[in-house]
Amino acid sequence: MLKRVHFPPGVLPYLLVFPQVAITLVFFIWPAVQALYQSFLVEGPFGLSRQFVWFQNFASLFQSEAYLNSFGRTFFFSVCVAGLSMGVSLFLAGLADRVVKGALAYRTVIIWPYAVAPAIAGALWVFLFDPTLGIVAYLLELGGIDWNQNVNGGQAMALVIMASAWKQIAYNFLFFLAGLQAIPKSMTEAAAIDGAGPLRRFFTISFPLLTPTTFFLFVINGVYAFFETFGVIDAVTQGGPANATNILVYKVYQDGFVGLDLGGSAAQSVILMILVMALTLVQFRFVEGKVQY
Amino acid sequence: MDSPLPRSRSFRRFGCLFLLILFPGMVSAKTTIHWWHAMGGVTGEYLEDIANGFNQSQSDYEIQPVFKGNYTETMTSAIAAFRAGKQPGLLQVFEVGTATMMYAKGAIRPVEKLMKDEGQPFDRSAFIPAVVSYYESDDGQLLSMPFNSSTPVLWYNQDAFDQAGVEQVPTTWKEVGEAAGKLVDSGMECGLSVGYQSWVLIENFSAWHNLPLGTLDNGYGGLGTQLTFNNNAVEGILGRLQEWTKDQRFVYGGRQGKSLPMFTNGKCGMWMNSSAYYGSIEDQAQFKFGQAMMPLDTKVASAPQNSIIGGATLWVLEGRPKEEYAGIARFLTYLSQPDVQKTWAERTGYVPITTAASALMKKQGFYQKNPGTDTAVRELSLNPPTANTRGLRFGNFVQIREVINTELEAVWAGKKTPGEAMDAAVEKGNKLLRRFEKAHKN
Repeated sequence: MLKRVHFPPGVLPYLLVFPQVAITLVFFIWPAVQALYQSFLVEGPFGLSRQFVWFQNFASLFQSEAYLNSFGRTFFFSVCVAGLSMGVSLFLAGLADRVVKGALAYRTVIIWPYAVAPAIAGALWVFLFDPTLGIVAYLLELGGIDWNQNVNGGQAMALVIMASAWKQIAYNFLFFLAGLQAIPKSMTEAAAIDGAGPLRRFFTISFPLLTPTTFFLFVINGVYAFFETFGVIDAVTQGGPANATNILVYKVYQDGFVGLDLGGSAAQSVILMILVMALTLVQFRFVEGKVQY
Repeated sequence: MDSPLPRSRSFRRFGCLFLLILFPGMVSAKTTIHWWHAMGGVTGEYLEDIANGFNQSQSDYEIQPVFKGNYTETMTSAIAAFRAGKQPGLLQVFEVGTATMMYAKGAIRPVEKLMKDEGQPFDRSAFIPAVVSYYESDDGQLLSMPFNSSTPVLWYNQDAFDQAGVEQVPTTWKEVGEAAGKLVDSGMECGLSVGYQSWVLIENFSAWHNLPLGTLDNGYGGLGTQLTFNNNAVEGILGRLQEWTKDQRFVYGGRQGKSLPMFTNGKCGMWMNSSAYYGSIEDQAQFKFGQAMMPLDTKVASAPQNSIIGGATLWVLEGRPKEEYAGIARFLTYLSQPDVQKTWAERTGYVPITTAASALMKKQGFYQKNPGTDTAVRELSLNPPTANTRGLRFGNFVQIREVINTELEAVWAGKKTPGEAMDAAVEKGNKLLRRFEKAHKN
């Protein structure tokens, strides 16, 4: 007879999930609680003097015109970044899916930008478009466009959108390509026999079958545009000119790390956290219904 | 197992190592002092030379410089370290961080007090007044040791001046306008550009014309200070520049030093920014250049007062072992010696902090060999500083400058009049001052 080892019922599962829960608590929940607590304080940077001010940090944010304006700007920026990078990468993935010779080389080259750190990506784009030194700015000038992202807010916005989107293309490309390759060849072949051209095949077969991937990437890109673009913005425009590229997350960084206003910065990150939670919820509730798995 | 002797020897060795780790003091009697700084590149190497010079001059202390990134990163990491109880003894902080440091009572040890406590000779009158006045408490105690100091000057392209027929280096804003006009007419893309616009066009413009930026002696009188720079003089100069943007006499080229290539590439004939760009300009410019004092607006004042300083100072942080402070005090004495200061100033283009060092540079002919390099010192010591020109002590000043930059950019893009922009900057700036006051009330 084999001896049976008895565990008290229910302990083992808890033990097994404990590491995961612990990591979540330490690295996600605890900082979030800290941020929430800090958002109620007005505090000297060294932490030697502080006052509990209830919702004053939030109140002064919502009284600030600059802060309210940056909401609209952030949405515009995020939609543009997500749209542009997903559009371009879907296009590239569609092409790469059809390539037979040297596919690996194409794929490698397209994936490259993902390895570039945001700040460096930003520096590259700044250099290309610098009104004095940049090659692209020079070409634009030849084409009759007076390019100066230091003064012109619209141009600055276009530049940070391009830089941020470019950075994300590689990631989206990988997922789209994997999605496309998972589509059974027999379906597209059948459509081809029925006389459907490549575009028609793409829009009636491939794209609908890609919706789970598209939805996933839409969420990921939204989060990317909201949270991870401050490195690019810091390198390219630092939120300027005249706040034209100052999106919510950059202001959190600017006020917290540069300005050392921890309370105000914490309040902003709490708002941002709520916003993204709400957005994700909306996406899952309403957009996911249209996804065909 | 095969031979017990080596084994026991290795144990003994291990024991020695163990003791070494436990009591490093037993081996070297030196006290190590960490110095966090923000000087990258060549300047960072010159800084290390100073530390090495001190380390070799005595055997009790060792200064260890640690590069921590730019000014903001250095300050932010030091504050984080302080909150975790792991701060360095010596920290380089830029001038806009002065109020934050000063009001962090319990985190900093004023330099003058340190020198007295540690019995180091300290003579306040040996320093160039406008250099130290920025960093004094309201009762005149020196809080931090000036290290790298500069002030804005007017850089000009001599070759471009010759070509455009500008015979004299402009000394007034009217003449700057005329010179810029000639430069543009001669085919240049831009007459004048500036860097660090808040520092140059608002802060130093006000000091140069002996105007206050805020109440309570620019904040030296207390936390209740209010900004007041939305006056006719400041708005006048901004209006002039806004007018000039229409015909390229003035071209805005970005924040901080971003517009430097516009000057060194020969796009702009004049550039107003820190005197500390001497090295970069000398390195990059393919033309004859010079530096002159900031122009005067004769509508506002009949003669210039003095300029205010930019750059960084060294702060002594609390909470380190007692013996480190004796070493820091000795290092600060070493740092202020004329020959150390002279070498530092000559190599970097920063201003020497003592009159003795400046005199030594003059005596040995540095200024003569490098004409114009004394412009910064002359601007700073033109007159004894007044309450308007000793410096600025505004809390949250990093963010206030951000506000000013934003408003100025709206002026350059023609979206706001100078009056609207400055009113908005003062209003937003005052809100930031009240926040700082609240955070430091108790």
